[in-house]
Amino acid sequence: MLEAYPDNRLSRILLWSFCALVMAFLMLPTMVVVPLSFSSSNLLEFPPRAYSLRWYETLFGSATWMAALRTSLILGALTAMIAVPLGLLACISINRLGGKAAVAIQGVLLTPSIVPGILLAIGLFFVLAAQHLVGTLFGVLVGHVVLAIPVACVVLLPALARFDWNQVQAARSLGANWARAIGGIIVPQLQISLLSATLMAFLTSLDESVISIFVASGQNSTLPKLMFLSLRDQIDPTIAAISTLWTVIVVAVVLIVTLRQKS
Amino acid sequence: MMKSLPITIDSVRKTYGSYVALDDVSLDIQAGEFLTLLGPSGSGKTTLLMALAGFVRPDSGKLLLDDRDITRLAPNKRDIGIVFQNYALFPHMNVLANVEYPLALRKTPKVEARQRALDTLARVKLEGLSERNIAALSGGQRQRVALARAIVFEPRVMLMDEPLSALDKNLRETMQYEIRRLHDDLGITTIYVTHDQREALIMSDRVAVMNSGRIQQIDTPQQIYDRPSTRFVAEFMGEANIVAPGSVRRIDGADPSREALMIRAESFHLDAKLVGRDGVALDGTLCAKAFRGENWLLTLALDGGQEILVCIPAALASGCAELTTGQRVTAYAPAAKVHAIPGARA
Ligand SMILES: Nc1ncnc2c1ncn2[C@@H]1O[C@H](COP(=O)(O)OP(=O)(O)O)[C@@H](O)[C@H]1O
Ligand SMILES: [Mg+2]
Repeated sequence: MLEAYPDNRLSRILLWSFCALVMAFLMLPTMVVVPLSFSSSNLLEFPPRAYSLRWYETLFGSATWMAALRTSLILGALTAMIAVPLGLLACISINRLGGKAAVAIQGVLLTPSIVPGILLAIGLFFVLAAQHLVGTLFGVLVGHVVLAIPVACVVLLPALARFDWNQVQAARSLGANWARAIGGIIVPQLQISLLSATLMAFLTSLDESVISIFVASGQNSTLPKLMFLSLRDQIDPTIAAISTLWTVIVVAVVLIVTLRQKS
Repeated sequence: MMKSLPITIDSVRKTYGSYVALDDVSLDIQAGEFLTLLGPSGSGKTTLLMALAGFVRPDSGKLLLDDRDITRLAPNKRDIGIVFQNYALFPHMNVLANVEYPLALRKTPKVEARQRALDTLARVKLEGLSERNIAALSGGQRQRVALARAIVFEPRVMLMDEPLSALDKNLRETMQYEIRRLHDDLGITTIYVTHDQREALIMSDRVAVMNSGRIQQIDTPQQIYDRPSTRFVAEFMGEANIVAPGSVRRIDGADPSREALMIRAESFHLDAKLVGRDGVALDGTLCAKAFRGENWLLTLALDGGQEILVCIPAALASGCAELTTGQRVTAYAPAAKVHAIPGARA
């Protein structure tokens, strides 16, 4: 008899309590910030003595915070739009090449996600400096794309490994050039993986702070960069408000994408 | 009937590292011919077909379609219809969309494309299934969709890579007949790949037997079967016995040949009266016998030590049931069924 799924009440209660505990442990750090953002105090204190929306008013009234929010969202979208197609093409070549060469290329491609972020940021700073791109949004975009390509590849490589390449050959024999075979045969069938890759690339950029701190300038600060700076300069609950808003946006995007994949 | 084209394969060579997959293969296929590449797994059949399709680039040699050199032409510009071993249908499109796909790529007007796709589906007996999803089709139906998709754009050459290997025996026999009939209707030059000897014999105008990246013999099915030019072909094409001339005696006492002789198991009789005076006799001891329904299979150990297979049709084998192992048996074969393999020793 298999005892892997015990069916008595006690063990079920224990199992559920344990799961609830793990969930709480994962969620609490994020959740703590939410009440802080509704505090009416000038200080970050937990639990807040009185509640208000004043920090949201400050946030939405602040041109700096709003600009950073917009910059981050645009940057995330651009990063995903560039990194995913590049990642897909890279994965196709790795998949087709096979053998030792493919392993080597895959290794090189994945380095940005293995190398410490600081190292990458310093290196990128010098490369961009030589091109006079430090302080530009384009410079930050390059950095984020470099980081997002391996993330996209990690999602796409296994999906391509499962893909029946004969279909591409069939399409080619029926008259499709490369672009049409990829666009008409591969992309529609990898839709779900491509969507995941897009989401992961977008989140990689949204979450990235080190490159932004090194490369971005005042006018095109990303949100994480501004959050770091404001934590250093002045601690007030605006940061809790933006964190809450941020969490809501990210959760919404993830939910929308996940629900679309389910349907 | 569309205009079909001849194909010339001229000393095509393909290596993978030190492994020679195609060893200077040369082959001429006539316009409208049905030619089968037959050989064991790993003999290079798919590689040769994929070279024609444009997915394998030969190390050297040339491929000509009519007079045109297509060795370096992109696969999408070759106008060759291919039926893949696993069909390679597009699962995200329904049956009709699969068949319309090559027409859409050629910018055929929508109404005409639809009509041609429907006509082609009718030709392969898939009327009424045009809106089905690929996942909802049986193996035989998928096979037919793959055929329809490969002929709908009127290619001048058709390549098929073991298209029936995934089907069960009855369906396979029906499809062999239907594919051949489709070929005769369309008159399209066809290269068909199989590792099944019977299938090759049944379907083809000519058969090219391949082994280790080389074409061993290319001939009509009957010649391949009755007059194999190498030992490999003889043994691959059925229950062949290859015996040294010394183990064989002519019934009329004349000198036998000096080369190894091939006698197929089913060419033997146990009754000397059934073969002519110029026939041959082989003396041996019965080692084993088995009843196989339509025939008996006897194993004889010749006096030289070699074992041969003798296959006697059940209708002529009244005595077989009484034979006991260890008994002396003489097998007779008519001269017409004794074939000397050029240059081969037993
Ligand atoms: N891409 C490849 N890399 C290395 N070896 C290959 C490749 N393709 C085919 N081969 C080898 O070439 C030989 C012939 O293969 P194939 O043409 O598929 O044979 P068949 O279709 O007759 O079974 C096989 O031994 C196979 O292992
Ligand atoms: Mg094969």
